Amino acid sequence: MADRAWLRWPVARQLTGPDKLGRGAATRSRRTDSIAPRIRGADRVVKSVCPYCAVGCAQQVYVRDEQVIQIEGDPDSPVSRGRLCPKGSASLQLTTGAAREYRVRYRRPFGTDWEDLDLEAAMDMIADRVIESRRKGWQQEVDGKPVRRTLGFASLGGATLDNEENYLIKKLFTALGAIQIENQARI
Amino acid sequence: MAEAHPVGFQWVMEAKQRGATVIHVDPRFTRTSAHADVYVPIRAGADIAFVGGIINYVLQHDRYFRDYVLAYTNASAVLSEDFADTEDLDGVFSGLDRELRMYDMETWRYQRSEVRAAAGDRTPLRDRFTPQQLRQVRRAARGEAHGSGGGAVDPVHDADETLQHPRCVFQVLKRHFARYTPELVAEVAGVPEETFLRVCELVTANSGRDRTTTFVYSLGWTQHTVGVQYIRTAAILQSLLGNMGRPGGGILALRGHASIQGSTDIPTLFDLLPGYLPMPHAYGNEDLDTYVAAESLSKGFWADTRNYMVSLLKAWWGDTATAGNDFCYAYLPRLTGSHSTYETVLSQLSGVCTGYFLLGQNPAVGSANARMQRMGMASLDWLVVRDFSMIESATWWRDGPEIETEQMRTEDIKTEVFFLPAAAHTEKNGSFTNTQRMLQWHHAAVEPAGDARSDLWFAYHLGRRIRQKLAASSAETDRDRPVLDLTWDYPVRGPLAEPDAEAVLAEVSGWGADRTPLSSYTELNDDGSTSCGCWIYCGVYAGGVNQAARRTPGGTQDWVAADWGWAWPANRRVLYNRASADPDGRPWSDRKALVWWDQATRRWTGHDVPDFIADRPPDYRPAADARGTEAISGTDAFIMQGDGKAWLFAPAGLVDGPLPVHYEPQESPFSNVLHGQQHNPVREVLTHPLNLYQPSGDEPGSEVFPYVATTYRLTEHHTAGGMSRFLPYLAELQPAFFCEVSPELAAERGLEHAGWATIVTARSAIEARVLVTRRIQPLRMRGRVVHQVGLPWHWGPNGLTTGDAANELVHLALDPNVYIQEDKALACDIRPGRRPRGPALLDLVREYRQRAAITLKTGTDT
Repeated sequence: MADRAWLRWPVARQLTGPDKLGRGAATRSRRTDSIAPRIRGADRVVKSVCPYCAVGCAQQVYVRDEQVIQIEGDPDSPVSRGRLCPKGSASLQLTTGAAREYRVRYRRPFGTDWEDLDLEAAMDMIADRVIESRRKGWQQEVDGKPVRRTLGFASLGGATLDNEENYLIKKLFTALGAIQIENQARI
Repeated sequence: MAEAHPVGFQWVMEAKQRGATVIHVDPRFTRTSAHADVYVPIRAGADIAFVGGIINYVLQHDRYFRDYVLAYTNASAVLSEDFADTEDLDGVFSGLDRELRMYDMETWRYQRSEVRAAAGDRTPLRDRFTPQQLRQVRRAARGEAHGSGGGAVDPVHDADETLQHPRCVFQVLKRHFARYTPELVAEVAGVPEETFLRVCELVTANSGRDRTTTFVYSLGWTQHTVGVQYIRTAAILQSLLGNMGRPGGGILALRGHASIQGSTDIPTLFDLLPGYLPMPHAYGNEDLDTYVAAESLSKGFWADTRNYMVSLLKAWWGDTATAGNDFCYAYLPRLTGSHSTYETVLSQLSGVCTGYFLLGQNPAVGSANARMQRMGMASLDWLVVRDFSMIESATWWRDGPEIETEQMRTEDIKTEVFFLPAAAHTEKNGSFTNTQRMLQWHHAAVEPAGDARSDLWFAYHLGRRIRQKLAASSAETDRDRPVLDLTWDYPVRGPLAEPDAEAVLAEVSGWGADRTPLSSYTELNDDGSTSCGCWIYCGVYAGGVNQAARRTPGGTQDWVAADWGWAWPANRRVLYNRASADPDGRPWSDRKALVWWDQATRRWTGHDVPDFIADRPPDYRPAADARGTEAISGTDAFIMQGDGKAWLFAPAGLVDGPLPVHYEPQESPFSNVLHGQQHNPVREVLTHPLNLYQPSGDEPGSEVFPYVATTYRLTEHHTAGGMSRFLPYLAELQPAFFCEVSPELAAERGLEHAGWATIVTARSAIEARVLVTRRIQPLRMRGRVVHQVGLPWHWGPNGLTTGDAANELVHLALDPNVYIQEDKALACDIRPGRRPRGPALLDLVREYRQRAAITLKTGTDT
C-alpha cells in the first residue's frame, strides 16, 4: 500500500475528495484530530470583565479542578463581541503567571531584606499603625474652624479596584477622619 | 484609540465602513492615524488654539445649528457690564488677583436687571469669608463637584433671543475667538492652513439635523495646566454644532483603568463624596443646612442635594443618623484647601503624613516627578503596598534609583513596608464601571491562593480590627464615634471570610423602609426614610436584582443594548438625550431619532431611557417662583445645569476662566503669540527643591530645553507597568523603553536608530533606546522647526522588561480645577548616549540647571 501513500496527502485529498476548497476534511491529519482546545474539559465557565482598560470587554473564565485554565473574550458582549486586545488576551498570565506573589512580605524599619510575616499578624500590625498615625496627625480645628480630621495617613489607589471595594475604602477612611484619599483618576 | 483602546476602536472601523470620516489629531502617527481619512499632526499643548479655530470658523461662516443653539444653550444670556475678556486684558479675565493667584468670579455672572429675591437665596461665600479663606475653598477642587452640573447660576437672567446684544454670550464668544484664524492655528499649533480648513469643512458638514460628529479624547487632553479648558473648548464646539445629547454625538472620554470611572463616581478622591457630592469644607459647610444651601442649586436635580446627602449619611451611620443629630453630618472630616495626591507627597516630605496605603497603584514610577514620590515614601513611618507583583513602589528602599545615586542608603531608611498580595478579578465578585458609565459585574471563578485577598476583604477586616481596638481602648474619645457608629456588618462567606460584594452593592444602590431596594434616585428623601450609598447608582440593585450582572446577549438586542449591564443614572446610555429631539419633542431627523415625546401617552419614550422627567411635556413652562425639578421647563434639556442649558460660556464652576484661552504649557520653547500672558495665571505650582521648573518662551535659559516632550501609552503595556511588564507575553511584545524622534531631530542631535539617548529636564535625566521614525514629524511654525520627543511612560526598574520611567522628567504644575499634572507637554533636551550612572547623574542635571539659571522661583510667576 506504500505506493498509495501520496493519496493521504492533503492536497491529493483536496483534489480528489469532496472538500475542493481545502477548508475541512481535506486538511485534517491525525495530529489535528489528536489535539483539543484547551478549554475542553473545563468544569465551568464564569462570566467576567477584562481588568485592564475601561472599554470593559467581557471575558469567559474557564475553570478545571478549581484552577483557571483559560480566559477568552465573551461573544455575547455588545461592547466587545468576543474580542480582546493583547493585554486582555494575556489575562491568564496576569492572573496565574509566575510573577504573582502569594505571601505577605515585611520589611522592618532600617531592614535590608524582606522577611516573612503571617497575614493575621500583618493585619493586626497595620491596624495598630493606622490608629497611631491617625492620632499623631489628628486636627480637631484649623484656624478656629472644626475640621475633625487626620493628615496622619493617606491612601492612593482604586481605579483598578471594584466599585464595592472603593466604597468600603472611602467609607472606612472617611469615618477615621482621613481626607488624603486619592486614585489614578487625578493622575 | 486604536493603540490604547483597540477593542473599542472596532466601532470606529464599523462606522468608517458605513461611510463615516475619521480624523485623527495627534503629535504622533499611530495605528489610529493609519486608519484615519485625515491625519493632523499637532504641537503638543496647542489644542485649545486648534479647536478654538474650529469654533471661530463655525461662528464666522454661520455653520452653527441655530435652532439647537437657541433652544438648548446659553447663547442668548446677557453678561454683566463688568465682565472683561482676555481680548480686553491681554490674556486674563476680569477679577484676577495675582497675589492670591485667584479669580473673583463675580463679574462672570449673567446680568439680571429684574431684581427679585428668589426664595432661599444664600449669602454668597465672598460676603462671609476673607479672600484667603475663599482661596482655600477654591483649592478644594470645587469645579469637580456636581459632575456636569457646573456651579451655581441664576436661572432667571436677561436674554436676547436675536443673539445681537453686544454682551450676549453668542457675541462675546464671537469676539473671544475672532483671532483664532487659520493663520493663527498654523502659527500656534503647527497645523497647515489647508489641513485645518479641511477639518473645519468635514466637521461642520457632518453636523446638523441629519448628521452628528463625535469627539473622542483621553489623557492627551486632560494632562495639562489647562486640561479642563481643553474639554470645555470641545463642549463649546459640540454645543454650537448641536452634537450633544444625540446619537453619534458627544465628547467621549476614553478612560484607562477598568474602573477609573467607578472610582470617580464612588470616589477614592479627596474632594468628593459618592455621586459627586462635594466633601464638606471648613468654610461655608459648617452644618447640614449650610452645606445644602451652599452646594445645591435652586433649579434642576442638584436642588435635591439634601435627599442625596441625607441618604448617604443614613447608609454610613444607619440608626445613629437621625434628624435630631443632623444625620451625623458632623462626623464627616472637613477640607481646608487641596489635599490631592501631590499635596500628600509634600506632607510626607514634611513629616505630617506618616502612613500610606498603595492599593493597586505604583507611584514610584507611575506618578509625575517620580523621585519626589519615592522621597516622600522614604519619609514615612509605614507603607502598605497591595498588588500582584513586586512593583517599584514596594522595592524602592532596596534597589530604587536613589540607592544608585547615593541619595539614600537602605540601612538609613526608616519606612516599615508591608507587601500584601492582592486577589485578581477572577478571584472576587464585584463591579467595574467602564468608560461609558456602565457597571458590569465580574464573578469569582476561584478562591485566591496563599495570602492573596481582595481589597474588599482587606478594607472590611482592617475596619473590623480597628473598630475592635478602638472600642476596647480606655482612651475612647469623641473622635472615635464616627468609626464605632459606622454600619460595618457585612455578611462574610467561605473559608476566607470574604465579605459579600452584593451586600455592598445593595447598600450603594439604596433602600427604603424594611430594606426594600429602591429603583431610582427620584425616590430618595431627606427625612432619613431612605438610605443610599451613591445616589447616581441608585437602582443598580432594583428589585433585589444585581442589574450590573445582566447579560442578555448583544446579538439578541437592539443597538442600544439596554439589557447588558447597567449604566448610571437609571440605565441611560446617552446623557442629556432630551436634546436629541427638537423643542417640540420631535426627533431632529428620523435618521438621528433617540427619544421623543409621545402625545398619545403623554410621556417621553424612545430607544434609550429618556434623560428627562418622564411625563413633562415639551410645552411645560415653570411658574416664576418654581424651584428644583419643578423649575425645569419642557425644553431644558440639560437637566443638571442650574439654568437647564448647555454652556457656551461658563458663568460659574471653573476657577480659571469662563472661556478657554490658549496659554502655553508650564514649560514651552515658545512664547504665547496670542497674549502677553504666557501661562494659565492661576495654574497650581508646587514650589519645592525637588520640583524645579524650567524657563519658558522668551526667558533666558529656555534655549537649554529646546524640544517638546510628550508621554503616551502602547497597546501592549498598561499604565505604570504593574500589570504588563511582569508578563512574558507582553514584555516580549514591547521589550524595551524607547523614545520616538524624527530623522531630522536624530540628525540634529546625532542620535542613532536603536542606539541610546538621554533625555534631560530640570528634574532628572533618563535613558531610552532611540526609535528614529517618521511617525513623529517636525512641525514648522513661526519660521521655526519644532521637534517633539515621544515617551511611552510604562517602564521602571522591575519586571521582565525594564527601563527608566518617563515620570522622572515630569514636574508638578497642575490644572487648578482638578489638580492634574502636565505630562503631555514638557520641554526637554535630548543627547546621544546613555545617562551617567550613580551620583554623576545628579551632576548632569545640576549642570543643566546652572546653564538655564534655574532657581526655586523659575516658572512660578502668575
